[in-house]
Amino acid sequence: MAQRASKKSAGPAANHTSAQVVRDLHERMVRIRLFETEAGKLMEAGKLPGFLHLYVGQEAVAAGVMAALRDDDQITSTHRGHGHAVAKGVSFKHMYAELYGRVTGACLGRGGSMHINDVSLGMLGANGIVGAGVPIAVGAAFAAQYRGEDNIAVTFFGDGATNIGSFHEGANMAAILRLPVLFICENNGYAEFTPQSKHMLITDVAERAASYGMPSVIVDGMDALAVHQATVEAVARARAGEGPMFIEAKTYRYYDHQGVKGLRHPYRSDAEVEEWKARDAIDLIEARALSDGTATRAELDETWRRTRDEIAEAIAYAEASPLPDTADLLLNVYSG
Amino acid sequence: MTTITEAPALAPGGTARKLSYVKAFNEGLAQAMREDENVFVAGEDVAGYGGVFRMFDNLLDEFGPRRMIDTPISEAALVGLGVGAAARGLRPVVDLMFMDFIGVCLDQIVNQAAKMKYMFGGSVSVPLTITTASGAGLGAAAQHSQSLEAWLAHVPGLKVVMPSDAYTAKGLTVSAIRDDNPVVVMLNKVLLGSTSDVPEQIYGIPLGQAHTARHGSDVTVIALGRMVGEALAAAEELAAEGIEVEVIDPRTVQPLDTETMFASVRRTNRVLVVHEAVTFGGLGGEIAAQIQDAAFDYLDAPVLRIGAPFSPVPFSPVLEKAYVPDQARIVQGCRRLLERS
Repeated sequence: MAQRASKKSAGPAANHTSAQVVRDLHERMVRIRLFETEAGKLMEAGKLPGFLHLYVGQEAVAAGVMAALRDDDQITSTHRGHGHAVAKGVSFKHMYAELYGRVTGACLGRGGSMHINDVSLGMLGANGIVGAGVPIAVGAAFAAQYRGEDNIAVTFFGDGATNIGSFHEGANMAAILRLPVLFICENNGYAEFTPQSKHMLITDVAERAASYGMPSVIVDGMDALAVHQATVEAVARARAGEGPMFIEAKTYRYYDHQGVKGLRHPYRSDAEVEEWKARDAIDLIEARALSDGTATRAELDETWRRTRDEIAEAIAYAEASPLPDTADLLLNVYSG
Repeated sequence: MTTITEAPALAPGGTARKLSYVKAFNEGLAQAMREDENVFVAGEDVAGYGGVFRMFDNLLDEFGPRRMIDTPISEAALVGLGVGAAARGLRPVVDLMFMDFIGVCLDQIVNQAAKMKYMFGGSVSVPLTITTASGAGLGAAAQHSQSLEAWLAHVPGLKVVMPSDAYTAKGLTVSAIRDDNPVVVMLNKVLLGSTSDVPEQIYGIPLGQAHTARHGSDVTVIALGRMVGEALAAAEELAAEGIEVEVIDPRTVQPLDTETMFASVRRTNRVLVVHEAVTFGGLGGEIAAQIQDAAFDYLDAPVLRIGAPFSPVPFSPVLEKAYVPDQARIVQGCRRLLERS
């Protein structure tokens, strides 16, 4: 499954430069994993209104990409957007408060799970409409090019989104205008509950990039280093004005499309889920770190502990935060 | 009086001269581009060709390919490009050519541009202008002739303007570009060649402020877009019979200046709303409901709506002429209101 990029990252030079990167990737993934599992528990406990699309399983993609970006690089995300927000650095407090619908939330309680954003960190929002973030990222990249800035835009989407028009229109637009956009396809094998084999006749979504004259690479989406290395190369290319690039990361989500509980019908087998969990992205990077001496078990454990503490504090903050004032319902419908 | 006048404060300095609707739009856009480096134009055939309606003539020569961008026929990506660029601080003007094409990019307008500020807790603004040509009368048939303002006026977060002449085509376009919200500028295809007095200098017309285009004491006619001219002609015709019609041009349908309408109705006690869009579910229903809520006791007759029949816009000129409201139907409507009270 691992393709070109991960092979490149396995060389001695990569090992030499990777100690700090490995720790960074590990921490980002742990932060996502714990944020999401705790959010799932809160949902199960009936504490959160609305929907919850958990990112657990796909952490290597958000972590690998985001570790290659700068704060001023812009991203557009999806309905499954918490992982991208966490990896981009959006605060736990603002995220949990938003999930709780509190006025201290990232969207002042107006957006919820599917619209979490922090424009100061280049997070142009999760999005409730599949594929809709693609053209918006193209526009953000256009703005950078227009101003002669070297920040880039990255759009995340799933395999299912590559069947919608806005993806194709956005890809072609980015290519024809030679814009600095990275197209990150998180192929988790399912469009909601429909397997990839039933929603497209190709195995590698990356093939679609070729029709827009856009280069692509396929990476093991459970290998954060592979994702990171591929992204570093694509970012350099985009910053140099060489145009958009498509990265397909083969990955998997552990929870269902929405929520935590099981589904009405078994759209996938337990064996399949276990097969992917056996290649868990965090287990993989921890094993790598321990074997090459990048980190000790104690250091890795410390990351988990520290993150758990931060999350407990953030949840307490969210629960203690005030609800929005209904008198402010019309706030921010318009500017000015 | 049939000319639309403006308070001096809204038309600062410069010499006014006759200019066509499309040239006034073009001039306003060019001046807004000179005023703000962040303004750029993107759309199908806007640069090299100057737009199919010549809306963008000569702009490529002055502003170059960096600020005048021809795009593929990809309305969803085009509007999305505008949304993303606007969220990053530019002031995009994206052109949809025909308003009927809005269906292929409605998500970007309705779910993205309109809602982003609200959903993001106010942390971003989307100063996006969408220009498009609307209206029937050119034998362009059902997919190139619609007036869909009611669709857009229904969406919180959007603003919608409907220039009724060359003067408003320029001023409303300038205001749309300067506004920090997504604004749809609905130009009218039939009016493109019509002329009126247009100041040379740049000026904006406040969004959400109606204009009383003619004062009268007997009937109020609230007319949208091209119907303003028809209403003014109807008013002239009725004036010969001693019937004084007041004509209100809302100019902006979202936000809608209902106060000007209420004040007028309290004086005339009769009101007719006329628009090109189909009557069912059109702005006329909303305006009628608001007037009845705010000024019921002043009404001597039910609010009358005149719009298109509930049918796609027909192609054959004889059918199309029967479809679009005109001076004769407005005259007839005013008479009906006077007879009922």
